[in-house]
Amino acid sequence: MAEYSAFSLLKNALTGNKDWKPAWRKPDPKASYDVIVIGGGGHGLSTAYYLAKEHGITNVAVLEKGWLGSGNVGRNTTAVRSNYLLPQNTRFYEHSMKLWENLSHDLNYNVMFSQRGCLNLAHTPGQLDDYARRGNAMRHLGVDADLMSVDQIKRLVPALDISGSARFPILGGLMQRRAGSARHDAVAWGYARGADRRGVDIIENCEVTGFLRDGGRITGVSTTRGEIRAKKVALAVAGSTGRVMQLAGISHMPIESHVLQAFVSESLKPIIDTILTFGMGHFYISQSDKGGLVYGGDLDGYNSYAQRGSLPIVDEVMSEMLALFPGLARVRMLRSWGGLCDMTMDGSPIITTGPLPGMYLNCGWCYGGFKATPASGWCFAHTIAKDEPHEFNAPFTLDRFYRGLVIDDKGQGATPRLH
Amino acid sequence: MLITCPYCGPRDVIEFTYQGDGNRERPQPASQNLDAWNAYVYDRLNPAGDHNEIWQHSGGCRAHLRVVRNTLTHEIRSTTFARGGHKAEGRS
Amino acid sequence: MSPRRAETGGRIDRLRTIRFTFDGAPYTGHAGDTLASALLANGVTLFGRSFKYHRPRGLLAAGVEEPNALVTVLRGEVREPNIAATMVEIYDGLVADSQNRTPSLAWDIGAMNQLGGKILSAGFYYKTFMGPVIGPLKGTRFWMFCEHFIRRAAGLGKAGTAPDPARYERMNAFCDVLVVGSGPAGLMAAKAAADQGARVILADLEANFGGSANWSGETIDGMPAADWTQRMVGQLEGNDNVRLLPRTTVWGYYDGNTLAALERVTDHKEAPAKGEPRQRYWAIRAGTVVLATGSFERPLVFPGNDRPGVMLAHAAERYVNEYGVLPGQRIALFTNNDSAYRSAFALKKAGAAIVAIVDVRSDVSNEMRRLASEAEAELLAGHAVVATEGGKALTGLKVQRFDARSGALSGDERSIHADSLLMSGGWSPTIHLASQAGAKAEWDPARQAFLPPKPTQRWIGAGAFTGSFSTAEAIAEGRAAGLQAAGGTASSAPLPIVEAAPGDPDPAPVFEIKAKGKSFVDFQHDVTAEDVRLAHREGFVSVEHLKRYTTLGMATDQGKNSNLPGLAIMAEALGKSIPEVGTTRFRPPYTAVSIGSLAAERFGDLKPERLTPMHDWHIANGATMYSAGLWYRPMIYGLAGETVEQAYVREAKATRESAGIVDVSTLGKIAVQGLDAAEFLDRVYTNMFSTLAVGKARYGLMLREDGLAFDDGTTWRLGDQEFLMTTTTANAGKVMQHLEYFLDVIWPELKVTVTSVTDEWAGAAIGGPKARAILAACVTGTAVDNATLPFMGIVHGQIAGVPVMICRLSFSGEMAFEVYSGAGYGTRVWEALIEAGTPFGLVTYGLEALGTMRIEKGHVTGAEIDGRTTARDLHLDWMLSKKKPFIGSAMMDREGLVANDRLQLVGLIALDNRPLNGGGHVVEKLDEANPHDSLGHITACCYSPALGKYIALALVEGGKARHGTRAFVSDPLRNRFGPIEIVSNHFYDPDGSRMHG
Repeated sequence: MAEYSAFSLLKNALTGNKDWKPAWRKPDPKASYDVIVIGGGGHGLSTAYYLAKEHGITNVAVLEKGWLGSGNVGRNTTAVRSNYLLPQNTRFYEHSMKLWENLSHDLNYNVMFSQRGCLNLAHTPGQLDDYARRGNAMRHLGVDADLMSVDQIKRLVPALDISGSARFPILGGLMQRRAGSARHDAVAWGYARGADRRGVDIIENCEVTGFLRDGGRITGVSTTRGEIRAKKVALAVAGSTGRVMQLAGISHMPIESHVLQAFVSESLKPIIDTILTFGMGHFYISQSDKGGLVYGGDLDGYNSYAQRGSLPIVDEVMSEMLALFPGLARVRMLRSWGGLCDMTMDGSPIITTGPLPGMYLNCGWCYGGFKATPASGWCFAHTIAKDEPHEFNAPFTLDRFYRGLVIDDKGQGATPRLH
Repeated sequence: MLITCPYCGPRDVIEFTYQGDGNRERPQPASQNLDAWNAYVYDRLNPAGDHNEIWQHSGGCRAHLRVVRNTLTHEIRSTTFARGGHKAEGRS
Repeated sequence: MSPRRAETGGRIDRLRTIRFTFDGAPYTGHAGDTLASALLANGVTLFGRSFKYHRPRGLLAAGVEEPNALVTVLRGEVREPNIAATMVEIYDGLVADSQNRTPSLAWDIGAMNQLGGKILSAGFYYKTFMGPVIGPLKGTRFWMFCEHFIRRAAGLGKAGTAPDPARYERMNAFCDVLVVGSGPAGLMAAKAAADQGARVILADLEANFGGSANWSGETIDGMPAADWTQRMVGQLEGNDNVRLLPRTTVWGYYDGNTLAALERVTDHKEAPAKGEPRQRYWAIRAGTVVLATGSFERPLVFPGNDRPGVMLAHAAERYVNEYGVLPGQRIALFTNNDSAYRSAFALKKAGAAIVAIVDVRSDVSNEMRRLASEAEAELLAGHAVVATEGGKALTGLKVQRFDARSGALSGDERSIHADSLLMSGGWSPTIHLASQAGAKAEWDPARQAFLPPKPTQRWIGAGAFTGSFSTAEAIAEGRAAGLQAAGGTASSAPLPIVEAAPGDPDPAPVFEIKAKGKSFVDFQHDVTAEDVRLAHREGFVSVEHLKRYTTLGMATDQGKNSNLPGLAIMAEALGKSIPEVGTTRFRPPYTAVSIGSLAAERFGDLKPERLTPMHDWHIANGATMYSAGLWYRPMIYGLAGETVEQAYVREAKATRESAGIVDVSTLGKIAVQGLDAAEFLDRVYTNMFSTLAVGKARYGLMLREDGLAFDDGTTWRLGDQEFLMTTTTANAGKVMQHLEYFLDVIWPELKVTVTSVTDEWAGAAIGGPKARAILAACVTGTAVDNATLPFMGIVHGQIAGVPVMICRLSFSGEMAFEVYSGAGYGTRVWEALIEAGTPFGLVTYGLEALGTMRIEKGHVTGAEIDGRTTARDLHLDWMLSKKKPFIGSAMMDREGLVANDRLQLVGLIALDNRPLNGGGHVVEKLDEANPHDSLGHITACCYSPALGKYIALALVEGGKARHGTRAFVSDPLRNRFGPIEIVSNHFYDPDGSRMHG
């Protein structure tokens, strides 16, 4: 398949754009594969891509029940950052960040990763200390972080209310300049095209309806397009993990599925040139290249598979937005949507072999899924290929909860809605 | 979403705090069965469909309710006091 | 007379002239005009520029779906961008500007983007800008360089930064029947439900009720339909059980039949009346909803269909019948269905020449032929428009023979001179709310439209919403829906009689005319039919991929105009039917909603403020306050010229030397009462409380179920079955919920009640060597000597005549007492204590001094009990009773929680005698350039007046074993590096002799 470049664009424009080929093939499933990846979202596709690229395993099928990228990769607020408190998380997300920084070249697909920074605003001295703790933790792992003064913040985002009379005045903030945002759909499409070019079969409209077993071992899946066998079956179905694990006979997981709403305003000329988070609630915002303000807040707070949000969270998020930007009251919210989050008991993900023989599990992405896409696939591919985790994902086991080895960045314990 | 509190009547979801999976069984306090404790603290049923769950009417009478709610449609099938019974017995 | 205003007609008030400006130029209109109709009346044809190519655009529509004519409305410095001119009611002094053009609407430099032509096709961003692999622009730099310019070119209007002075209001409403839409169906439904005695709310997004009846030119019950609606509205207005909400967009259908609506209360006024909000946000809980939301006319896709002067047919009908404005003098129509004939007739009646009706169908009915001849229009059946001509205004069009079945064009092109081209591509029911409610739309091949399916929530549809496009059907369905919603029985009473132009509701299945030139599907986002086909070629064929790859339907009109034509083109490319391609699910909001309205009363008032009973005293006495959660608490009581450090050092020192007093009212306080209260506390706390004597207090520690530390505080036994529990300020609410959960869900057999009494008590902690003497000087009714009030003892007495409860306990490490009184008397007791203490040198101290003294003592707070630490990490294992199980006891010994390398609480002393910073890290080997291998971090720090050193508490890996060793503080964020000594967290008076006295 042709490389994408300014030259290929020009050449195709001259022929009326008639010669472009599909970004990925639409093959029928084969009877068997070396690896089946269930879930054609960002993580499943990147897993397939890195299986092929890093481990030479190309006899791979990605099974997607609907259209490719229909899950959370296309339903998020596109933030990419590695500003975590705990070293297990920071190391993993920093690995992801490094993959992001070269992703467009690697995929020959512009995922529009723009490192415009992520600024966490602090509103009390104690919070500023907390952010300093986190920033210093990052610096001790070689990750960039800086504290910003109120004056610096004012210069960066003039629309912010930095007055001392605000209900929660801004006292400073923690900035990760290498953080940024990317075009979410392009990530799915870029990985799909990249995996396809390396021989991976991407099979859409193929829902897994059961698991094939030989004794206790998983040997394949039954699907709406027939039975497919595989030496290894890998799950990357965040949001639906509970449902798919049920098919494998595992009824309980350390996961709850929750709805997270996100919002976009109408297009505006540039007004916010970074990613901002509010410290006295739960609110984050950035502005897309098209000009829409992209923002969100807390989970709706109860188990749901409905991809439908509730009104109180809408009101809460908008209120927090105006606490930061009282000038934006007349800007209008244009779209809202709900994504399904696998919320784990400590707020950190699971990338592991098992829990059944022949099965590999990637789930529990909570809020962090989009930014994790490259590293998640990279680590999962390693885990599948080598039958053991890479050191980056070694802490993200399923049994860590039981062993008291939780990775609890927020310190909230086993209450998923609070992570 | 409206939850019908047996005390207070139908109230908006904003008045309630979610307390999660109501199927979990807490081992006896003195139990040393760590597997049972782990299951109680960390494992969730998380069904796509009817879900037995606990809500507290924190912005109202503060009673805990056992709610059966469909996680696909958010339709609420039943609401009772977590203590058992529809009536206000249990709390005096 | 303005150039395009008809002599008569319309429902505007021609006697009232209104003055406004658009792009700085003055215009006039009449009361009842929208900005769109008033500008159109003034001969304006150019209203906006498109998003990508900056193509000149005119009005496409007359209502909420307008994609082209977006303006910014200015009120002084306050800007409201991206408002459709069709939805702006003009008022005297209205100032509106066009958008997305530089330097002006007529001459826009961005139009150069059109030269990019086929390079800027759908998805071109993804295929380029990757930049070089090496060199200074590698990585993301080249893209970010390009993006800088792309971002500035993108975006529509400009948001303001000046705070919006407007007020927004929220209303919660309850009704039996909510009727959405006030066309004939909605009016009939509201009337029928109201007559049944139901509580009815009728909402319509337009300023005037009546919907299509206001411009259809039909007759109902012998009178013009618009007059009939007036009469209906008049009847509804008289009913107490009916609430009428004009200018109210119902934009969200949420769970539990809760609907969200936005009422534009004063946007159409020069200034709000006293007390009026700008907008009102309605949360409506409806028993049943009647959806009578009508339908949208669809554009046709053909080359040049975006030229200013090309408009939807019904929009033109509306401009002439409702506003008395003709969109042109020589008008052509292009249609695939019968409804455009009625439009032609209306425009003819208003004085325009109808030069042609171009109909894709060759078999036009005799009725339509008659209408065409009455309009004196040439009927070109079996023809299609293949091009339009003109620049910023239409001058003509070209037609060719067309076969509707094959889509083939034949014969010679013929030019027709016209200044206005009206199109009708059929009608799509406005099913957005039903879709939001959770239902999936169903395709109707006859109507060529998606119709609402069976309800998933309690709603009933009526009128065009259901695909019944005639007014007579709307009236019948509306009444039936209203009756059903109100629980009434079907009525056999006669229905109002409608006289309307005939017409078949089913269009020909023609969506696109394929000819040379750009044919637009999504007008605002410049998505062309070719873009849709390119998406198909590249495999982006599912409806969501189509949308996301081309941005079709993502503009401010949210696909109201473009969704179906886009789907149809994709379906054709795939050789599938439209429903096989799918339809997207609609999500809230139906139209864009101001963020101010959603914040409503919380705009400018995000969270309540919690103030202690002594708050005013603190302010009056020079306290610097800071916020702690929702609370405000004194940080220091600074003297003139003092730094914060000088102030807290002075306060702490004075306390340790004589006495100090601090407001502790914010501590959580929970009354735990009942037969089983002591048993309950034994289960909740890690240590024993059943053994606590009445009249004594004990320090307690709680764990979470997972075995990690949760909260600490003292609990006082006031009676055999009565305890007063205190919690940390931050966790007061969480602890309360924790206790309630266990009592209600886990241990319902325990006879215990818990009551939050935080706000009932004012608390003052007074400590220091002179504290007892001060109390002795002001407390009556009890002695306070060591025998009567030993360490952890409780007494009751009075201060200044106010009953008080005094417990001798210490956070500061000094001999100290907590004095609680009723909250309303807090200041009185506080002042009496200060008066009694002044001779002894009593000082008031704030949180900084409180923190300093607790760091010196090594006590833990939320900075150490941070949800990740165990009792052992904090050296509180002595509190873990082995005699009983308690919450967390079974889980606290798991392998990860007892490892030796966990972060453990230690003290730090700065060996370079410089201040330490909270959040600084601890390392064994200092590497300022590349800090690495952190051992832990500082949780709290201060200058210790007692030690004369800068000290800190810290959580450090294997900390306990490191006592007495040297390490370094590493704080690259603040460039603070230096040597430290790791010591025990108990810096000061470790054996407690001072507090035990």
